[in-house]
Amino acid sequence: MYTQAMDTLREEGGDKPPLRTAEEAQLQQRFDNRIDAGEFIEAKDWMPENYRKTLLRQISQHAHSEIVGMLPEGNWITRAPTLKRKAILLAKVQDEGGHGLYLYAAAETLGTSRDQMLDALHTGKAKYSSIFNYPTLTWADVGAIGWLVDGAAIMNQVPICRCSYAPYARAMVRICREESFHQRQGYDSLLVMMKEGTEAQRAMVQEAVNRWWWPCLMMFGPPDDQSPNSAQGMRWGIKRVSNDTLRQKFVDAAMQQAEVLGVSFPDPDLRWNEATGHWDYGKIDWSEFWRVVGGEGPCNRERLAARVKAWEEGKWVREAALAHARKSDLKEAA
Amino acid sequence: MSTENEWPLWEVFVRTKAGLDHKHCGSLHAADPKMALQMARDVYTRRQEGSSVWVVRSDQIVASDPGDKDMLFDPAEDKVYRHPTFYKLPDSVDHM
Ligand SMILES: [Fe+2]
Ligand SMILES: [Fe+2]
Ligand SMILES: [Fe+2]
Repeated sequence: MYTQAMDTLREEGGDKPPLRTAEEAQLQQRFDNRIDAGEFIEAKDWMPENYRKTLLRQISQHAHSEIVGMLPEGNWITRAPTLKRKAILLAKVQDEGGHGLYLYAAAETLGTSRDQMLDALHTGKAKYSSIFNYPTLTWADVGAIGWLVDGAAIMNQVPICRCSYAPYARAMVRICREESFHQRQGYDSLLVMMKEGTEAQRAMVQEAVNRWWWPCLMMFGPPDDQSPNSAQGMRWGIKRVSNDTLRQKFVDAAMQQAEVLGVSFPDPDLRWNEATGHWDYGKIDWSEFWRVVGGEGPCNRERLAARVKAWEEGKWVREAALAHARKSDLKEAA
Repeated sequence: MSTENEWPLWEVFVRTKAGLDHKHCGSLHAADPKMALQMARDVYTRRQEGSSVWVVRSDQIVASDPGDKDMLFDPAEDKVYRHPTFYKLPDSVDHM
């Protein structure tokens, strides 16, 4: 999800491999051998500049996605229908903040600073997952996000636990342990409305699912034949499973879950394919995906403005805490 | 490159339960030790993963250079006699 970095590269202009010295070629060979042997790369190991750049882009975008991803759901914390749902939602949104922190820390091992990454986000230079540029209009959106958005995220994130870059892989292991609760609480909340709710509540759930379905399919990124950087990602052990394979896995799992829930997906072409053993689905509108990635989604401006506002209004707190710490250090030294 | 006004980086070590080692589990930014401990609690032990937390400034850690890996660790490679399995004993006393 969260890992659209490689697919949106074309927008940012990929970089050409630089000319190499004999020594570098040898280091490169050793690096390739380690990748082929399935070894992990640690922060202080030699790595090709493009590997570092690609990872930095992907991990920081992933981190930004977790943080921006707190906004659509955070929108409902004060309006959750019960104290129980409010406590659950708070815990879920807090988890996403934690995920952002694990990932920023992993990205920092590649030689960037937190401030630089935040600056890239706030100035619009860095991207985050397109899914968070859609609005949360009703309470059912919170459940739909848990079930479908976190569900798609899990599908996408599990293979990254085996990423060749160890600090990223370790962060992903931690994140994946926490994600299952996110999907289950969302599904549970929808299930209660579908089984015990009113006609209007059931219609609200279906309406939310209708809005989230296609953007969720887009979370996996462009089709394999239009994902030119995928091969390099696979070669480096950064990407483990192709976009279309993950998307199909998600559709197959979601179909069964939708049946239990009693909702449908807004796609007349969804059909069980006896020959492939998978669900066939209709054409995805990729022009919408590129529009949202390009900044023209329903909430792009609002999301970015909320992050910039939080950063600017927190400035005096960050400075005061640092000033206090420096003063205490001086006192101790005296 | 870290800017001058960035809170310093800390490494976090968590002991999951009494009797076990503290294990490195990640890092975070905090202005001072007290804040680092509190944030470590919030970031790394939200599901009772810990019974004790250590934090240490990352710039205070001295680490071996990965380039020295062979020099540092290879000398142990040919010392198989440091392992109990090196010694073949008669079956009747082999549980020793
Ligand atoms: Fe997430
Ligand atoms: Fe997350
Ligand atoms: Fe999540």
